[in-house]
Amino acid sequence: MSSNDFGFDIKGLAEAGLTVSLSGRLSVENFDKMLSFRGDIFSKYKPSSLVIDLKDVTYMDSAGALFLIEMEYESKKEGIPCEITNMTKEQRGLLELIDRDAYEKSFQVTKKAGLNFIEQIGHEFIKFLDDIKNIITFIGMMIIKIISSLFRLSSIRWNDVLTYMKKSGVDGLPIVGLISFLLGLIMAFMSSLQLKQFGANIYVPALVSIAMIKELGPIMTAIIVAGRTGSAFAAEIGTMKVNEEVDALIVMGFDPIKFLAVPRVFAVMFIMPFLTIFSDLFAIFGGFVVGVLGLDLTVHTYIQQTMKAIKIFDIITSLIKSVTFAVLIAGIGCHRGFEVKHSAEEVGTATTSAVVTALFIIILVDSMFAVVLSYI
Amino acid sequence: MKEIAISVENLTVRFGDSVVLNNINLNVFKGEILVILGGSGCGKSTLLKHMIGLYEPEKGRVIINGIDIINADENKLRELRKDIGVLFQSSALIGSMTVYENIALPLREYTGLSDDAIERLVRIKLAMVGLLGYEIYLPSELSGGMKKRAGIARAIALDPTILFFDEPSAGLDPITAAELDLLIKNINNGIGTTMVVVTHELESIFNIAHRVIMLEKEEKGIIAEGDPYILRKESKDPRVRNFFNRHIPEHLYQKT
Ligand SMILES: Nc1ncnc2c1ncn2[C@@H]1O[C@H](COP(=O)(O)OP(=O)(O)O)[C@@H](O)[C@H]1O
Ligand SMILES: [Mg+2]
Repeated sequence: MSSNDFGFDIKGLAEAGLTVSLSGRLSVENFDKMLSFRGDIFSKYKPSSLVIDLKDVTYMDSAGALFLIEMEYESKKEGIPCEITNMTKEQRGLLELIDRDAYEKSFQVTKKAGLNFIEQIGHEFIKFLDDIKNIITFIGMMIIKIISSLFRLSSIRWNDVLTYMKKSGVDGLPIVGLISFLLGLIMAFMSSLQLKQFGANIYVPALVSIAMIKELGPIMTAIIVAGRTGSAFAAEIGTMKVNEEVDALIVMGFDPIKFLAVPRVFAVMFIMPFLTIFSDLFAIFGGFVVGVLGLDLTVHTYIQQTMKAIKIFDIITSLIKSVTFAVLIAGIGCHRGFEVKHSAEEVGTATTSAVVTALFIIILVDSMFAVVLSYI
Repeated sequence: MKEIAISVENLTVRFGDSVVLNNINLNVFKGEILVILGGSGCGKSTLLKHMIGLYEPEKGRVIINGIDIINADENKLRELRKDIGVLFQSSALIGSMTVYENIALPLREYTGLSDDAIERLVRIKLAMVGLLGYEIYLPSELSGGMKKRAGIARAIALDPTILFFDEPSAGLDPITAAELDLLIKNINNGIGTTMVVVTHELESIFNIAHRVIMLEKEEKGIIAEGDPYILRKESKDPRVRNFFNRHIPEHLYQKT
């Protein structure tokens, strides 16, 4: 037997009573062995009484104490006397640490039954409807607060607005620019492959600029801003909820929506039209590079064709669209943040869902715009 | 001569430009309860975290059971970590796991025991800290004091030979705090666990401490060491006597 092991020696007869001498370590590593030993004693030997001798025990931790308590408990259940001998004062102290009644009772608690499949579907559906209702309520409430702050401009935290404008606008320019440039490049190239067959390369500039300004510019920008900024808002506000910072704001008399959400929404509302215009310009520039270098269009023709295709009306509706998207993205990001209750895991969920929900709603609203604008 | 469990040698800690601890030398003996005291922000948690090897110090070494924890290789550290239990100031329970899973985590990782055995051990640890019945709760659903107790249950899950507690009774009601003191003493007595405890509670200090060290912010080091009963009466340093006698220095009164 190695010094790390747990050993035992059984003396006496089952009918006359057993003496079990334990030795070695009554510790966590040997807990499985102790448990099977306990099972053996009561199922194989069925003693009429039990004496447990601890004289040769070299080490005992709380797992050992638990084992002794279970031996006693089992004996009581079988209705046989059980005595522990040669227990040191320290070991007794360890045994006393354990609230036996509570421990025994805890095994009688039954586990809660889960929902069945149909109930789960219903549950999820109700959750989904609730969620939509909550988002609409929140965005409505926020719009009211934004309008009311517009009447009292000094109540807006302008410093915060500027910070968020920088974070979501200026810092986002490179990625918006790069993606839009590539998009313009690809659009011009792909369309020219088809148009070349009819000698209609001249329409490439119009195609790129109309597609960008009417649809792709606002959508691309919204997707990038949702990924960069909406998610950041959800994470920031969510973490503040976890740290009880939002509660602290309420106690100090601040309205958390005005304090945290309004400046963020304002900032995104201001920068989104600019980002959209940047996106349009970069895409047109991408198309221009392909047109001039690959399609034998002159610089002059390309610019002239582009100018002819762009209508002021389209630009204005595109900017209105982008402001709408801004409110939705920032609002949903903040709302998801506020939904966090108290755990770090919820922050992760809120961040993901801020992006997914925003994208879903943007596509929805964009289709509505498309239908409405086709009638004007 | 008592055996040394932890030895801190010439430990200097710096955060950015500011030195928080300067040239600390300290031995913790096997089986003793050492209490670290000192005002808020004087570096108690920092010292504790260096003793566990979470941070790398500017200078100095920490040796636990003969292993230099700053330069030891991963395998040795893993062996050592099994023997160390830590309760963090913020409890540091894993938020995505229930109380039960939090406590089962080290048992599953280190012991290879059967699920039945692990369940019994988790329950017994919960019984020891008075949290039975909260197995399926998430940490976020517990009160501050309950989180502390769950953190303690996790720290003692493997019955480590060295335990570190950072303010175990802060935020607990007096009864629970007293029960906790008893728990600490009984674990120490019964298993012979070496303990390093950071606490401000005078009652607790006099109850559990075999020896205390007192840190001080300006000195950036230890200003007193010894038996709390003796320090209270005989220390020459007024800062130490004031602490033990709950005496507030006079210049603070004059400010009001
Ligand atoms: N990660 C850190 N970075 C910078 N400074 C720190 C860090 N942790 C602690 N400090 C500083 O070290 C000092 C001691 O902190 P701490 O050990 O937490 O004090 P306490 O004694 O209250 O536990 C404080 O002044 C704190 O500002
Ligand atoms: Mg601290």
